[in-house]
Amino acid sequence: MEFFAWCVVAAGIGMGLGSFGTGIGQGLAIQKAVEGVARNPGASGKIMTIMLIGLAMIESLAIYVFVVAMIILFANPFTDTVVQMLSK
Amino acid sequence: MTHPFIFLEWLEHQLHLHLGNHITYTWLVMALLILIAVLVKRSIKTVPSGLQNFLEPIIESIDGMIEETMGPKGKAYFPLIATIAFFILVSNLIALIPGFFPPTANLNTNAAMALTVFAMTHIIGVKEHGIGYFKHFCGPVIWLAPLIVPIEIVGHLARPLSLTLRLFGNMYGHEIVLMIFFGLVPFIVPLPMMLMGVLVAFIQTFVFMLLSMIYIAGSLEEAH
Repeated sequence: MEFFAWCVVAAGIGMGLGSFGTGIGQGLAIQKAVEGVARNPGASGKIMTIMLIGLAMIESLAIYVFVVAMIILFANPFTDTVVQMLSK
Repeated sequence: MTHPFIFLEWLEHQLHLHLGNHITYTWLVMALLILIAVLVKRSIKTVPSGLQNFLEPIIESIDGMIEETMGPKGKAYFPLIATIAFFILVSNLIALIPGFFPPTANLNTNAAMALTVFAMTHIIGVKEHGIGYFKHFCGPVIWLAPLIVPIEIVGHLARPLSLTLRLFGNMYGHEIVLMIFFGLVPFIVPLPMMLMGVLVAFIQTFVFMLLSMIYIAGSLEEAH
């Protein structure tokens, strides 16, 4: 049973670490974009487009962590093995 | 975790079919889009009114975006990009209506779209440049090719993976968060999350569209 408890802990900590780095990265990107728009409001459309692509790229890292967390929680490949070992 | 009552699933159950929610809701979205397209096409006028008025600026802005990112050559790929954009947008937005399941919250739908874009980029590349398309994979200097080719291949294979997982993770994650909020406090509290869902729906559509445009533009340009 301990195995499943550790799975939940791993998913939680992994998601936390993943979103920690992603948050910092996105914050830096938005900071620079806002500075750019403040200096040159005329270029806001183009900056917005590029920023959104960049944000999506950075965000996909957190999304990968999320998918891995979901696999650990709901579709864990080792569940059957562990259940078999427990039933012995 | 999805909405507890999904009406097409119920309908499927009544008819004893086993299709899966993502298939039935893909059909629903397709039917909706085709219906709107036929309705608009039947009454097309030089001075637009009603539905045509609503759709023309959207089409025009997609057209302008394609011109901007892909150049004049990209106009030929407008149908692909616009179809993907409309499909993803409508599928993302129906997630906010109770009883609907977004087809984009399933890996298979997204993988189908991402693989279409992936295949199209290479087909377009070979069509545009012939055998010279493989220069794209060889890097700037020929003796660097053994080093660059594996990296490029991995980079190209990562494209459909990241396109798929990004859309899937966003939509599925949003669905789960919404249901958890709904389970905790079913009144008022999920509303800000739903507002964010509208934002996420538009941004993810935009990103998927923009990335597929950039990939196609990458195979359209000359190797350097």
